[in-house]
Amino acid sequence: MSQETTTKKSLFISSSPHFFSSENTNRIMYLVIVGLLPLTVMAIYTFGFYSLMVILSSLAGALGAEALALYLYKRPISTLLDGSAFLTGLLLALCLPPKIPLLLPFIGSAFAIIVGKQFFGGLGHNVFNPALVGRAFLLISWAKHLTSNWYKTVSVDAFTGATPLFLAKQVRAGELTYSISRFYKSYLIQNPYGSIGEVSALLIVLGGLFLIGLRIVNWEIPLGYIGAAAVSAFIFRGDVIFHLLAGGLLFGAFFMATAYVTTPLTRLGRFIFGLGCGFLNILIRMFSGYAESTTYAILFMNALTPLIDYYLAPRRFGVKK
Amino acid sequence: MRLLTFKGGVHPPERKELSAEKVIETAPLPSLLILPLSQHIGAPLAPVVGVGDEVREGQLIADSEAFVSAPLHAPASGRVKAIEPRLSFTGVKINSIVLEVSDSQEKTGLAPLTQADLTPEKIRKRAREAGLVGLGGAAFPTHVKLSPPSDKPIDTVLINGCECEPYLTCDYRLMLEEPEEIISGLKLIMIAVGANRGVIVVEENKRDAGQILNEIAEKEENIEVVLTKTKYPQGSEKHLIKAVLDREVPSGALPFEVGAYVQNVQTTIALSRAFWKGEPLTERVVTVSGEAVSHPKNLKVKLGTPAQDLIEFCGGFSEEPDKVIFGGPMTGFSIFDFSVPVVKGTSGILALKVGEIELGDRSNECLRCGRCLDACPVFLMPVTLANLTLAGDIDGLEAKGALDCVECGSCAFVCPTRRPLVQLIRYAKFEVLARKKK
Ligand code: SF4
Ligand code: SF4
Repeated sequence: MSQETTTKKSLFISSSPHFFSSENTNRIMYLVIVGLLPLTVMAIYTFGFYSLMVILSSLAGALGAEALALYLYKRPISTLLDGSAFLTGLLLALCLPPKIPLLLPFIGSAFAIIVGKQFFGGLGHNVFNPALVGRAFLLISWAKHLTSNWYKTVSVDAFTGATPLFLAKQVRAGELTYSISRFYKSYLIQNPYGSIGEVSALLIVLGGLFLIGLRIVNWEIPLGYIGAAAVSAFIFRGDVIFHLLAGGLLFGAFFMATAYVTTPLTRLGRFIFGLGCGFLNILIRMFSGYAESTTYAILFMNALTPLIDYYLAPRRFGVKK
Repeated sequence: MRLLTFKGGVHPPERKELSAEKVIETAPLPSLLILPLSQHIGAPLAPVVGVGDEVREGQLIADSEAFVSAPLHAPASGRVKAIEPRLSFTGVKINSIVLEVSDSQEKTGLAPLTQADLTPEKIRKRAREAGLVGLGGAAFPTHVKLSPPSDKPIDTVLINGCECEPYLTCDYRLMLEEPEEIISGLKLIMIAVGANRGVIVVEENKRDAGQILNEIAEKEENIEVVLTKTKYPQGSEKHLIKAVLDREVPSGALPFEVGAYVQNVQTTIALSRAFWKGEPLTERVVTVSGEAVSHPKNLKVKLGTPAQDLIEFCGGFSEEPDKVIFGGPMTGFSIFDFSVPVVKGTSGILALKVGEIELGDRSNECLRCGRCLDACPVFLMPVTLANLTLAGDIDGLEAKGALDCVECGSCAFVCPTRRPLVQLIRYAKFEVLARKKK
């Protein structure tokens, strides 16, 4: 028995398992960012240099606030690069109007990180989607800036500077006869009327499907969300296709409502979460303001998440329901 | 052929190619054997020999009165050098018989049995006399398993040839090299528990072994071979029964509850040897593998052989390993001292490098991604159990089924933030059980 085999100094000891999959937080976060890239590029192409400044302002706010929080909490600064703050900043920017004053994205995403994320204890502990918390904060504080500053608006009859969603509302209320189906194509391919991230429904869906294919994003939430929204729009006698394409609904369904931390753990729970989001989104849009419908629908369902998890635990192996 | 499977589970890299083609070799007799007096589930043994005694290979050296226990036989002839606590693979010291192997080897054993002895009682008795325990890793005494309550008839015996842990190939080699012994052992088990159907279950990645077994099984009336998908932990008893028979063993119950019996390949062979040849359990096949081993091998090893002897026989380390494991990488134990001996439940010794495995860095927080729920083959919510453990909520842990956890490690395997889920749940089980005892 040779000595050297008995006295290795650097053996690592731990209990099982010793094997791990290659998945990690950074990879997940960065892949979501990759999924958003085509959309982001299309947006900058459509809305011009200023929209890039909006995005950068939001990223700066998010990363700056995260760095500050990590410093104050004495957490490793390397956590800054886990991609989560970057993602929050990007998500918030994408749901803002393209011509918003540059200070607001910065404030909004700093608020998102500090109040929406770090006040709850950081990544993994937040109850609400931080980007939506940021957006809700901006909505409450600077409502006017969030419901104007569009790149392009439409003027029909007495309604000038309107968004298609606003027109749709007037049509439904009988104030206006107008065919809103003319917006289908631009919503789908290149939409100049909405938030930065609403620029192309096609790219939203493709980005979403890319992430679903990689099993980064689950399919239950988008399916439930879009399904329930379509059915609700139909029941409330809205134009179903229009309502799916407009107002950031798809963006919400694929990218906002699917944020892991703030959604249920079980697959059934997620589907129900999606259903709730879709229904509420249309409900709020029909009977209240349109700007906040997606934001508040998802935030409300975020709040119900613990309840859904509590009641929808999976059936255990060997236990009869 | 339709591939059977179960819901949940994971697909770790298999890494079996390192040793799959290596024919089983007999490891040389070491100069010293270390034989822990507790290497099975149940009552520890008391030595029946004293320090200084000369023993012969196959001679009984430790036994117990308890039903749930299994005796121990000398794996080689030699002199009892000491009976003292020695380090075991679990990291604790266990009272052990230390045997100095002598130059001249002499063999003794049990009397071989014959056709006339084919009764359930005699088979059970032989399993006990030969010191048989489950060689898949659990080390549960075989005679106890062979004695199900009389009001629970068993219709099917499943032979577990799944070997779903990465790296391990000892069962695979045995299926290729000793298929007759497996069929012979299966028949003994069927007689012992009164089952009229025998099924050998093999994972798809060992299709060739399945074919060889099938050729022999086809000549038998009640024996068949089935293939399952390659998925971890297919070799878990409950999931084997679910996949093959579509029966769910109730939470907290044993397989006989649903009329099934599961035995690992290597144990089945050992039973056949013990019965027909009178050989007590003194050796087993161990896979020595991993990137840091020069020449990975499947070795027939005398129980009590120190790990370092086997590693040296495999050409030593090619590089300094970062982790050395007894068993498989999903459920095995990492060791820190290579003098620890092979015991009845040791299926592998793996010397691994960073790159094959990942070390440390478990500081990240839960993302609530739900991957651990999808992976859990028992349909638990590992993340919730882990959180309840951290909160010290023992009632909650019991209600959420912590005791059903089979510690397969699937949840921790998929967790992107490397939470120590299994460690936490293991601790939770301990706490729940401790409180139940009160
Ligand atoms: S909770 Fe237990 S049974 Fe479920 S995957 Fe984790 S270790 Fe396996
Ligand atoms: S896999 Fe890990 S990160 Fe994901 S929910 Fe489970 S514990 Fe949390």
